[in-house]
Amino acid sequence: MSTPMLGWKELPMGAVAFISSKEYPTGEWAVFQPKIDESKCIKCGLCWMYCPDSAYRWDGENVPVPSLEHCKGCGICATECPTKAIEMVRV
Amino acid sequence: METVWRPNIKELARREMETRPVESGHRLCAGCGAGIVIRQIAMAARKPLVWLNATGCVEVATTIFPYSSWNIPWAHNAFENAAAVGSGVEAARNKLARVNRFSNDPDIDLDYDVVVVGGDGGTYDIGLQAISGAFERGHKLMYVLYDNEAYMNTGIQRSGGTPFGARTTTTPVGKVIKGKPLFKKPIVDIIVAHQIPYAATVSPAYWNDALIKFRKGLEADGPSFIHAFSTCPLGWGSNPEDTIKIMKLAVETCVFPLYEVVEGEYKLTGPSIAIAKNPAKKRPVEEYLKLQGRFRHMFKPGNEWMIEKFQEWVDKQWEMLLKKAGY
Repeated sequence: MSTPMLGWKELPMGAVAFISSKEYPTGEWAVFQPKIDESKCIKCGLCWMYCPDSAYRWDGENVPVPSLEHCKGCGICATECPTKAIEMVRV
Repeated sequence: METVWRPNIKELARREMETRPVESGHRLCAGCGAGIVIRQIAMAARKPLVWLNATGCVEVATTIFPYSSWNIPWAHNAFENAAAVGSGVEAARNKLARVNRFSNDPDIDLDYDVVVVGGDGGTYDIGLQAISGAFERGHKLMYVLYDNEAYMNTGIQRSGGTPFGARTTTTPVGKVIKGKPLFKKPIVDIIVAHQIPYAATVSPAYWNDALIKFRKGLEADGPSFIHAFSTCPLGWGSNPEDTIKIMKLAVETCVFPLYEVVEGEYKLTGPSIAIAKNPAKKRPVEEYLKLQGRFRHMFKPGNEWMIEKFQEWVDKQWEMLLKKAGY
């Protein structure tokens, strides 16, 4: 017991999750991550709709942008893309 | 519920960009179907949501201390009391509104919807009596069951929602017992017997249909129940990229038909109408089974009877549903 014990004022809050999970980079799990061919994309938004990680950022107008910091590389977007514009690239 | 809402994907995307109800960085597995279900519930909501989660994958993976993925009011509940807490929240809201408790506080908005989300363990088995009680008392809440057909979070134990023949850690495949020997519990029929205004089955792969049903459930006049199909790549032994494909095949093979029950009247929706009108469109269950490792033993020589038995059960359920829906 060389280190002094923390008092109740120094301890972090208990039972309340206080940091947004966007600080946690789940993108590190991925082996493959999506790369969008912008010329093939028809902006249907299915990749955004079917992403379990809410990793796609889409404003409804431009080509959706996957946030690679959070993409776990499941590959649903590449499978479901109607024009096969998404390719899974090894990271 | 007079005019049917038509979801506009671009509008939904813009709204999600602004509000981000479910934030990235939760630790559900890659390719988890439940991640899509929870996003679609948040997309369909018109009013602010109060979200109550029974123990399960979603609850555990989205709130690992000190991280939280929720930008909406959210509370953790035990397996068995999620629906009871939902009724409490709803009853307290009604009381506070009735006595004008916050009439001079413009920051507090009591006009919100209560959503209770539970997995199949917390709904089929453990939480059933709390749900039954909440529905009997007629609380205005939407209960969403995301059905990944076993206790995936604790290590793939069989539940009342596990289908026939599926391999789980408590129903392993051996020489005598080959996966779960029993069939799935008809949960929607059990819930419909409570005479609630709205119940439906939802497959996130048909997102348009799913969003309309979530919206109808939230705006129903009383309790509503949504049974959402959710692929689990870890427990089902499927490829993560096939999540949506399996969800579509489950509907096309009639393993998981899409329908809604409005005031006790069964109505087929989406692709299930097309299959009811043209039975040739119904695909054999093998196509659904062969994508999943948990059914792999069914394709070994000597086990053909299992696929036949599964098909027989699916056909029987489908015939019963067609009769109820008036086909």
